[in-house]
Amino acid sequence: MIGPLLLTMMSAPAAAVLGCLAFRDRRIAEQLNLAASVVVFAAAVPLTMLSAGGPYSFWRDYIVVDMLGAWIVLCTAIVYLLASIYAVGYMRLLREDVERLWSFYALFAGFALTILASAIMNNAGLYWIAIELTTLVSTFLVGFEHDAESVEAAWKYIIIVSAGISLALLGTVFFYWSGSFALGPVYDMTWSTLQRTAPKMNSILVTLAYLLVLVGYGTKVGLAPMHSWLPDAHSESPTPVSAMLSGALLNAAMLGIVRYLAVCDAAGVGRFARTVLVALGVVSLVVGALFIVRQGGIKRLMAYSSVEHMGVVALGFGFGGLFGVGGALYHMLNHSLNKSLMFFGAGNIMRAYGTKEIGHIRGVGARYPVQASLWLAGAVAITGAPPFGLFLSEFVILRGGIEGNFGWAVAAMIVLLIVIFVGFLSHFRAMYFQPAPLSAGGPSAISCWCVTPMWLALAPLLLFGLWWPSAMWEHFSAISRVLTGLSP
Amino acid sequence: MLVAHLDPLAASIFSLMAIASLLLAFVMLGSQWLNNYLYAFAAESWVIAILSATVGLYSGYPELYLIAALTALFRGLFLPYLLWRIIRRLNVTREIHEILRPSSALVVGALCVVFALAVGYRVGQSLGLAATVAVLALTVMLSMKLIGFLMLAVRHEAISQILGLLVLENGVFLGAQILVPGMPTLIEIVILFDLLIVVACFGVLVQLLLAHAGTTSSLELNRLVG
Repeated sequence: MIGPLLLTMMSAPAAAVLGCLAFRDRRIAEQLNLAASVVVFAAAVPLTMLSAGGPYSFWRDYIVVDMLGAWIVLCTAIVYLLASIYAVGYMRLLREDVERLWSFYALFAGFALTILASAIMNNAGLYWIAIELTTLVSTFLVGFEHDAESVEAAWKYIIIVSAGISLALLGTVFFYWSGSFALGPVYDMTWSTLQRTAPKMNSILVTLAYLLVLVGYGTKVGLAPMHSWLPDAHSESPTPVSAMLSGALLNAAMLGIVRYLAVCDAAGVGRFARTVLVALGVVSLVVGALFIVRQGGIKRLMAYSSVEHMGVVALGFGFGGLFGVGGALYHMLNHSLNKSLMFFGAGNIMRAYGTKEIGHIRGVGARYPVQASLWLAGAVAITGAPPFGLFLSEFVILRGGIEGNFGWAVAAMIVLLIVIFVGFLSHFRAMYFQPAPLSAGGPSAISCWCVTPMWLALAPLLLFGLWWPSAMWEHFSAISRVLTGLSP
Repeated sequence: MLVAHLDPLAASIFSLMAIASLLLAFVMLGSQWLNNYLYAFAAESWVIAILSATVGLYSGYPELYLIAALTALFRGLFLPYLLWRIIRRLNVTREIHEILRPSSALVVGALCVVFALAVGYRVGQSLGLAATVAVLALTVMLSMKLIGFLMLAVRHEAISQILGLLVLENGVFLGAQILVPGMPTLIEIVILFDLLIVVACFGVLVQLLLAHAGTTSSLELNRLVG
């Protein structure tokens, strides 16, 4: 059952890419991409449920469907679906680029394909390649609008992320080397092999390798201080791409860090590895807080909020234990939903007002009552206020921190989350309640393609804030047991 | 473990190759002319290809000959050709925007090597390989990383940055051949192809930069801040 599902899930976006290339027509490309995203979502949900049956490996052990990977697949599939619906409405507004629109959808489906592929790679080397491919595909999406800002953002993105990821390659080689002392010079570097062999690895070499991998994939995750590409790329790319970068790509890169962290745990250098990850998480929160408070660009505000939330996820995995890991995984899902919602709202408002500057956006609530209330609910949710999902997940992560003896990090996290709450919502207060300048024209219509995905994102977010499904909790606790080596 | 008991001749050849490529990295660091930069990169790739073949000979992994051939072909000929074409089209012949003069960059590069040696020696010691070629491989690997980052930091021409990135990966490639010659061939081949795509992407992007941002120097890419 898993095999056919997996094949369907991977071949749908691949077929969409080929279809877009074959027809070169924007309407067909739009529909192909939308259809692919529906198929991916429909396959990802049962795949995640079935993954509990144990790791299933395919194609000579190069591909694995385990619970952790399946969870990332699910988050990716959700964002891909929402962003594809949104893209239909949003991309039609880009009048000047209408001829190239088919290439946008080809790249978009390709981007989703590479992210999904990275989540199911069983071999650490192939995972590195998949992550590198996500960069190459998404660079052209970031620069898609071809103006000076977006090309600049694309250039910074590819240079910084490629340089970072090359450190992860070095770390991967070092992990292979440290395994080769126990397993001989040729072996398959699967995640489970690494974790099993870890107790026999040299701890200094593992520490060095882990630090390289952490900095490398951390660049891609956007952990401060390696986050510098992130606000540029997120703010300059077309909005559906921003949502994919933030809600899907960052999680997929975090997956690598989490898997190597499990190896470090098994190698007996877990405490050090965790402390470094927690420290990076706290630094990300600090950077996020500082830049959120004094932010002038609406999409950059969302981008720094992504830095902050990846910091929270890093803290969760760093704290470890059932609460840390469970909270972090739940946070990934909630963040994927919520950040998509926020970017969609920002994209709509940006189009409606014709500016990215928060200072020029006033009187949102009066002009667009429905979509403004959705967006405001999302803003309340993303700052971690109840009754939305992120409140629950952040709360559980805090509890994980207390149990994991990271008191200082918990204290810092609480203070910084409050600062971010105040800073983030004060921008929304200004946009909603400060009087609009008189020159503002009448409201332009926002397509229902652009509002529907906001509803679709908000509903589960509210649901997950009120009710944490027990099946999900069991999924998380099983992942946490695998990561700590308690079960194979 | 190949590096632990290597015959002295092989060890000397490996060391020679490793040091030669480190020197070529310094040539790149010290040159202002993009063409020299490019030739040094091509030469470095050939040295690495020869190293792969030698490692293949001594370790008995025949697939390394394939890697050597592909390295020479892709990194030694094809990539430099692509970059040469970009340079010609851009009409830039030298790095104009350097922050650090080449002489100072060389000194900083030397400090990087000292640091890399310290780390390499420490790791080698803890593995009981302090007296083998492993320490040298680690040193060259790490110092080429650091030199690559140095190039990225002090050079601003788009081509220099691409070459800086390629030096970063050359370092990993070189070290990996010596330390883990058995690392699955599939991955190494895919990484080679991957590089090809990287450079193709960069080519497109450089064109875009020139057309839409009006410059290929990252010093002038200062629209996005804060």
